[in-house]
Amino acid sequence: MAFLHAAGSKVSSLKEKRSLLPYLLLAPGIIWLFTFFVLPIANLARTSTQTPTANGDTGSYEQTFRFANYVDAFLDNKEQFSRSFIYAFLATVLALAIAYPLAYGIAFKSGKYKNLLLVLVVAPFFTSFLLRTIAWKQILGEEGPVIAVLRGIHIIGENTSLTASAFAVVTGMTYNFLPFMTLPLYASLERIDPRTMEAAGDLYANAFTTFRKVTLPLSMPGVVAGTLLTFIPAAGDYVNAAILGNPNTKMLGNVIESRFFKIVDYPTAAALSFTLMAAILILVTIYIRKAGTEELV
Amino acid sequence: MADASSSTRGDLRIVNVTKSFGDFTAVDDLTLTIPEGSFFALLGPSGCGKTTTLRMVAGLEEPTQGSIHIGTTDITHSRPYQRPVNTVFQNYALFPHLSIYENIAFGLRRRGIKDVKEAVDKILNLVELPHLAQRKPLQLSGGQQQRIALARAIVNRPALLLLDEPLGALDLKLRRQMQIELKWIQTEVGITFVHVTHDQEEAMTMADTIAVMNEGKVEQMGTPADLYDNPKTAFVANFLGQSNLIEGRIEGNDGDNHVVDVFGQKIKINKNRSHAKDSSVLAGIRPEKIRIQPAGTAMSGNVLTGGVISDASYIGVSTQYQIEMPWKQELMVFEQNDDGVPPLEKGDPVTLSWEPVFTFALDGREDAFAGSEVHADEE
Repeated sequence: MAFLHAAGSKVSSLKEKRSLLPYLLLAPGIIWLFTFFVLPIANLARTSTQTPTANGDTGSYEQTFRFANYVDAFLDNKEQFSRSFIYAFLATVLALAIAYPLAYGIAFKSGKYKNLLLVLVVAPFFTSFLLRTIAWKQILGEEGPVIAVLRGIHIIGENTSLTASAFAVVTGMTYNFLPFMTLPLYASLERIDPRTMEAAGDLYANAFTTFRKVTLPLSMPGVVAGTLLTFIPAAGDYVNAAILGNPNTKMLGNVIESRFFKIVDYPTAAALSFTLMAAILILVTIYIRKAGTEELV
Repeated sequence: MADASSSTRGDLRIVNVTKSFGDFTAVDDLTLTIPEGSFFALLGPSGCGKTTTLRMVAGLEEPTQGSIHIGTTDITHSRPYQRPVNTVFQNYALFPHLSIYENIAFGLRRRGIKDVKEAVDKILNLVELPHLAQRKPLQLSGGQQQRIALARAIVNRPALLLLDEPLGALDLKLRRQMQIELKWIQTEVGITFVHVTHDQEEAMTMADTIAVMNEGKVEQMGTPADLYDNPKTAFVANFLGQSNLIEGRIEGNDGDNHVVDVFGQKIKINKNRSHAKDSSVLAGIRPEKIRIQPAGTAMSGNVLTGGVISDASYIGVSTQYQIEMPWKQELMVFEQNDDGVPPLEKGDPVTLSWEPVFTFALDGREDAFAGSEVHADEE
């Protein structure tokens, strides 16, 4: 027994040493997050309740804990707020509609071309986000192929253009975030045991029922991940609206950008940032609850 | 969808079916009739075409040529969901997002059957897992998942139940238990079971009839006892249990027996068990049929002298000997440890004998090792 005790204490001291290891491994990440996320956020929170200094210098503010900043900021930009979420929602739905068949095809029907197709999905990342958005402007532009085709088949009139419109902003976001939708969908479809689909067919389900009852539910983790990865950045995006939109398609991101860098109204910009963050957080929480993906394996 | 339990019944007939994948012929002009209500095993090494055959019956592959019928209905080209056939998949393929109850109810709901609850409860009782109805498949053990996969298939009362290596993922003890259980359930429900396996013991334990497949063809079909006692090819002799195959030459006849010369010694082989094409034969004898005695003991029946024990392994219930014969072939002998005599030892000179009725004869041009090396690959 004594021997066992001795051995036991040795093991426990070894365990103590080991128990520090995870924290050591986490340290770089924690330091990074603290410096570049927690501190700026705290700073932003501080800024959001400041008011202009008495001497009236542009860009100089003092802390007065004026929480009404939030109310003012929201009321002044209600329109851009709702527009951000509507555009992000439309872009997410569009991206899902395009990415699901694409991911399904790559996962189950592509055979030896699987890797090539995956590379093609990721390929846009090799150019910058800005360049891609500018390219999208070219594609939709007056000289571009899209407008020629649409005019050719009389879907749009001779005087209608596609750029500088809500259409351009939403499709631009769809295009830019498509890989973020496709990859999680692919990963989750790829994991499905094809035999479960065969089993559904064996148990009297036709192709459509098999998809509805087996494939789609099993790919829900991918649907949830993909829609989040698209919706969250899309809701805060300002590049697409800036390059592809017009003054009437401004999103909250554009307002925050101009308040920060043009008007130097830091408190309003900070308050808007926090409101946007909170709104996204609430929406996402409700969404994940509703989707019930925590039950999925 | 008509009720699968009444629409199509009868024997499963596979007629001249060939399945090719590119240049590779997985199933080669296969013709089989599986009687209604039987427990039928397709036995063979991996790549022999047994699973492809099963998938064609399930509708998951389409034959390149030939046709498949249940009773009088041609099902060759019908979709999987149109066939009165259900499958227990290898690794079960249970739906991970559905409860056990919903897994079992899946086929019933698709066919619009009323009284789903009654049918599901009944089948859960049959497999003795009614308490697990609300669990998810991954919360179950392998043996439980296996039984649920079986329940999910037979609740539909198909004309035909296909089992694709259903016990392959279970450990040995559980596999033995499930073999007995499967056999019992088959008798209970009376559905035709077609069972694909590479495990000869599993096939012999459960099946009424076994078809041994090799390279896309059926080597031999029959009851387990038929196949074991009277194999027609070296592949069957070696794949189903173990065999000693000794080269010999038919020298003459003695009543119902051939007299065969094996390296200068004479043995008898019953003509009913001879599959020789001409005088050149492989004389076959199962290791447990051979009696072993110290050299010089007088023995009756077929006798081979001049052997020396090159290896003896005591494994409790029996002792397994390797005997080196004068023509440098090693023969296997399994002897029950039931006579109180201590086992013989390595180096002892011995005489072997057996009843002539246990001998079988194969075509002498066959590869004596066909089918023996595949076991090692499988396990």
